Amino acid sequence: MPHTGEYIKKLAERHGRRLESLLPILENVYEDHHIIPEDAMVEIARELDVSAAKVYGTATFYSFLETSKGGKYVIRVCKTITCMMHGKNQIIKELEELLKINLGETTPDGLFTLKETNCLGQCHRGPAMLINDTPYTELTPSKVRDIINEYRLIAQKSAS
Amino acid sequence: MDEKVNLKIDNLSVSVDTGTTILEAARKINIRIPTLCHHEDLCVAGNCRVCVVEESGMGRLQPACAIPVSEGMEIHTNSMKVRNARKQIIELLISEHRAECTTCYKNGKCELQALSNEYIVGESGFLPLVPLKGYTIDEFSPSIIKDDSKCIRCQRCVRTCDQLQSVGALTVAHKGGEMKISTFFDKPIYEVVCTNCGQCVNRCPTGALTEKTYINEVWNAIDNPEKFVVVQTAPAVRIALGEALDMEPGEIVTGKMVAALRRMGFNAVLDTDWSADLTIIEEGNELLQRLKRVLKDKEPGVKIPMTTSCSPGWIKFIEHTFPDFLEHLSTAKSPQQMFGALAKTFYAGKIGVEPSNMVSVSVMPCTAKKFEANRPEMRASGYQDVDFVVTTRELAMMIKQAGIDFRSLPDDDYDTIMGESTGASVIFGATGGVMEAALRTVYEVVTGREIPFDGLNIMPVRGMENVREASLKIENPLPEWDFLDGVEVKTCVAHGLSNAKKVMEQVKNGEADYHFIEIMACPGGCLGGGGQPLPTSPEIRKKRAEAIYREDAGKKIRKSHENPEIIQVYEEFLVEPLGHKSHELLHTTYTPRNRY
Amino acid sequence: MKKGLKRLDLIFKNEHDCDVILKKSLNRSNEELVEDLISSGLKGRGGAGFPTGLKWKLTAEAPGDEKYVICNADEGEPGTFKDREILSSVPHKVLTGMAICGRIVGAQRGFIYLRGEYKFLIPELQKAINDFHELTDKMKLPFRVEIFTGAGAYICGEESALFESMEGHRGEPRNKPPYPTDAGYRNRPTVINNVETLAHTYSILKYGPEKFRDLGVKDSRGSKVFSVSGDTPIPGIYELEFGMTLQKFVDDFGDGDAKAVQVGGAAGFCVPRKKFDKTVIGYQGKLTGISLPTGGSMMIFNSSRSMYNVLHNYLDFFVEESCGQCTPCRVGTQQLLLGIEAVKRGDKSSQYLEKLLELAETMRVTAKCGLGQSVANSFSSIVENFREEMIY
Ligand SMILES: Cc1cc2nc3c(=O)[nH]c(=O)nc-3n(C[C@H](O)[C@H](O)[C@H](O)COP(=O)(O)O)c2cc1C
Ligand code: SF4
Ligand code: SF4
Ligand code: SF4
Ligand code: SF4
Ligand code: FES
Ligand code: FES
Repeated sequence: MPHTGEYIKKLAERHGRRLESLLPILENVYEDHHIIPEDAMVEIARELDVSAAKVYGTATFYSFLETSKGGKYVIRVCKTITCMMHGKNQIIKELEELLKINLGETTPDGLFTLKETNCLGQCHRGPAMLINDTPYTELTPSKVRDIINEYRLIAQKSAS
Repeated sequence: MDEKVNLKIDNLSVSVDTGTTILEAARKINIRIPTLCHHEDLCVAGNCRVCVVEESGMGRLQPACAIPVSEGMEIHTNSMKVRNARKQIIELLISEHRAECTTCYKNGKCELQALSNEYIVGESGFLPLVPLKGYTIDEFSPSIIKDDSKCIRCQRCVRTCDQLQSVGALTVAHKGGEMKISTFFDKPIYEVVCTNCGQCVNRCPTGALTEKTYINEVWNAIDNPEKFVVVQTAPAVRIALGEALDMEPGEIVTGKMVAALRRMGFNAVLDTDWSADLTIIEEGNELLQRLKRVLKDKEPGVKIPMTTSCSPGWIKFIEHTFPDFLEHLSTAKSPQQMFGALAKTFYAGKIGVEPSNMVSVSVMPCTAKKFEANRPEMRASGYQDVDFVVTTRELAMMIKQAGIDFRSLPDDDYDTIMGESTGASVIFGATGGVMEAALRTVYEVVTGREIPFDGLNIMPVRGMENVREASLKIENPLPEWDFLDGVEVKTCVAHGLSNAKKVMEQVKNGEADYHFIEIMACPGGCLGGGGQPLPTSPEIRKKRAEAIYREDAGKKIRKSHENPEIIQVYEEFLVEPLGHKSHELLHTTYTPRNRY
Repeated sequence: MKKGLKRLDLIFKNEHDCDVILKKSLNRSNEELVEDLISSGLKGRGGAGFPTGLKWKLTAEAPGDEKYVICNADEGEPGTFKDREILSSVPHKVLTGMAICGRIVGAQRGFIYLRGEYKFLIPELQKAINDFHELTDKMKLPFRVEIFTGAGAYICGEESALFESMEGHRGEPRNKPPYPTDAGYRNRPTVINNVETLAHTYSILKYGPEKFRDLGVKDSRGSKVFSVSGDTPIPGIYELEFGMTLQKFVDDFGDGDAKAVQVGGAAGFCVPRKKFDKTVIGYQGKLTGISLPTGGSMMIFNSSRSMYNVLHNYLDFFVEESCGQCTPCRVGTQQLLLGIEAVKRGDKSSQYLEKLLELAETMRVTAKCGLGQSVANSFSSIVENFREEMIY
């Protein structure tokens, strides 16, 4: 990340420099970059005056605070019980085919990352998934195709 | 709180203070409850669950280490329910553990092994998780080996590194089945802020954290007829070595240790105590020079307070944590490295051995010394000044390997030269000892009189208080030191890096008006070093300290500057303190390092 | 829809009289308010079912320079989604409950710990909070609510793990005692309540304790919001009266072929068909036999479902979501998972299930927190009732 120092300093100013600000800062970094890289953790440790290991240990506890780069759109498909019962495997298969990647991978254009996650609290409308923060429910393969197409269009527009 | 709480443990009544844990109450009446994550030096974790006990009327078992007693409690430490649960917990730990005791470095000294020994688990255990785990072993550090496959995740190491040492090199990472002890981004320990102090090693109940051993290298050197092998022994080894050889804490085994080393085949058995006396001369003079340059000459840029520099864990800590304050460090090398530099120069010349054929071994209470010996600065003799460092624990192991019956050994004396020492150097092994030794010499240099303490015992700097302060008023100094007349020399002693950090924060904020600060990385000083026999506890460290002061009191010579072999080395070789030769061989520089 | 259990709408009723409720309540003494809560019989809707009035009373009495009120919106229990609905449709009720609680215990700051999966709720929720602050400002009630978002860790719903998380640590549960009422967030006395619990306090403040108390049965008073999912033609959120039998519930919500219901999520119990009419839904007590560990999740499985797959899915969840600090839970969950796999494959004989049942029992009595302690609920109830399915 370029200018990591300044960037983290700004976040520290926004969220505060107490240890209590650690999670909000980490979440903010992830939201902005879809990764919490090493240098950012070092700067956070510096700002909050804690050890870098502490920042790392805390970040790795939370499954949404990832230390490897995720795509612009991170897809998290619920794999828990009711979504499993209602066909989440089919949804994942559809997504893998659509995006031409396997679970856990990111498309070469950096647009999509495909992951599984635990219950999203949408069980009555399963199968469900999140794309970044937005939930999508009652998924079917054709619905998934439409959703992905929509995101591709948005990405194209914002690129041109 | 002086209120008492009454309870029953295994039908025995006991009355303890409010706030006492079930574990402490049980110990009071000699009921042993097994523990793993609990350690007297650390805060309560309550995560291993082997200490669970049954409380009448409660369905769930209670962790004895974490639950405070309450009035009328009835505790059972040995019910069927407790035994079954405990056995299963041990089985679970073992299923996650690469239990290969016969080839394990911790074999025989492992708390998990001892516990499973009591609960003989047998073959009926759970499925082995080890093959699924992809455990790694980090062997890059010259001091410390971290083997994740031996870790039971008790977090003692993390608490040690955080709370006792304020270093934070270790952390718990990930969660659930993936949870593990890790460094920042799981880098090798060598690459992070670890000070190599070994305090985590001292508290790890298993073989997951151990010192890197050089036992084989040392035996190879001894066996090599071409090599002349000298060994030096640090002050704190002689008062603790016995513990690893079935003796009680607090026994002084200097003579037996020398005899054992000689039997093992070292060509010369010499003493780090000797170079500790030398350190006092160099460091003491450096202090006086600095005071002169600051107080008399008003030279800008000369830094006081000056801090000691003989603890390599402390050196690495300040390099990482306060890289802008390295000029406060005395430039004097540690006794180990002064010894090393002189062994391959002065001593080699004296006995007519080619330095290239000399192997210099040191026995240290410390794991950081292994790193120190490997520092690029430590090649003043033209060779690596100290080739191999073994800890007190490793020496005990070698003595056993050599088939020596340690307890029955007759006392023996060190070789000479570089073998004679004083009471001042002996106390280097305890927190406050360097300060006391330095003051004994410095005061006399400045005033021409002995330091005005009963029996030369400077009590205010002794003890186990985290941070201790003492001041000494200089009156009627010799003419050369007249600028010190009436000056109250203020000193401070801190042990354990978290205390060091507190003192340095004061220095950083300009709140410290000390002249001289002694800092030891380990709790209690070297006697509590990361290479000392296991287990460690406040009680054991106290006994070691008592032994050290007993040894000091029994010495004929109590002041470093009166050591005849020190006087001799200046006459024959070094010429004068802080002189050209000293500068070349006995002083060093420091390297700022990354804080994160 | 067929006639069956009465749908209630205490919680979701569209009432916008916060100002009135607040004013009315603030004019009463703390003692009176707590007394009302206690006599209403309201118990926590998120965890162990602790009496809410007593919790507030204890916190009010605990010494502390600062105190806090925390709304637990971490809702991570598989099959539970009612808190999301409450927070999006009636947030003002929750906020009112928090503010009154703050007055009673002496807290001026409240937090909503919102799970990361519910971030999409933030804009609306923040707006509700802002509106609410306008109201409290007008009444000169010094109470402010902030949102704190989680980041994907089920265990952070456990109250002490939640405090750790808010303080910037890993969400590892603490030793108890001390309890939150004495030392919670920042080691200060803290009330932590589930979203639904707080929403109920609104109704109690508004309609009085009797109306609430009249609903339900002994030990389990009032209405309860259920999250219904699985093999049901009508999945969704329903407010029902405590005290129904599971049979009644299945008659209403099942697809006619229900073979089991998982009551209380993955941490709850699996009840087989033959026990439907003996199982009363409510807190642990004389009438019920089983407790309702978390927020009223009801997952229905019909006869097409493999209970092995169901249990496997739960255990997978626990292996991942255990914080990992204590031995019985960290290793125990892995052993249970691998164990049922080994039995299914035939690598271990069916007798190994006995060892696993024993292990689950050990976890119940030795684990540090509710997660590890409650794995045995689903494990034992599924293995004991569907043993055949585990083996063949
Ligand atoms: C593993 C675990 C997860 C929990 N998750 C939640 C949760 O998501 N929401 C919740 O309100 N309580 C949850 N709890 C219960 C809380 O610890 C706590 O008891 C509850 O928030 C208290 O509120 P109540 O008295 O209103 O129920 C959980 C407990 C455990 C052991
Ligand atoms: S750590 Fe202990 S139990 Fe494990 S292999 Fe080594 S000696 Fe055996
Ligand atoms: S050796 Fe010391 S600094 Fe290094 S990890 Fe262990 S306790 Fe921390
Ligand atoms: S490395 Fe040792 S001290 Fe640290 S958690 Fe593992 S077993 Fe415990
Ligand atoms: S029971 Fe599980 S979740 Fe709870 S403290 Fe232990 S490991 Fe963590
Ligand atoms: S099981 Fe998928 S949202 Fe709950
Ligand atoms: S010693 Fe008590 S839980 Fe580990």
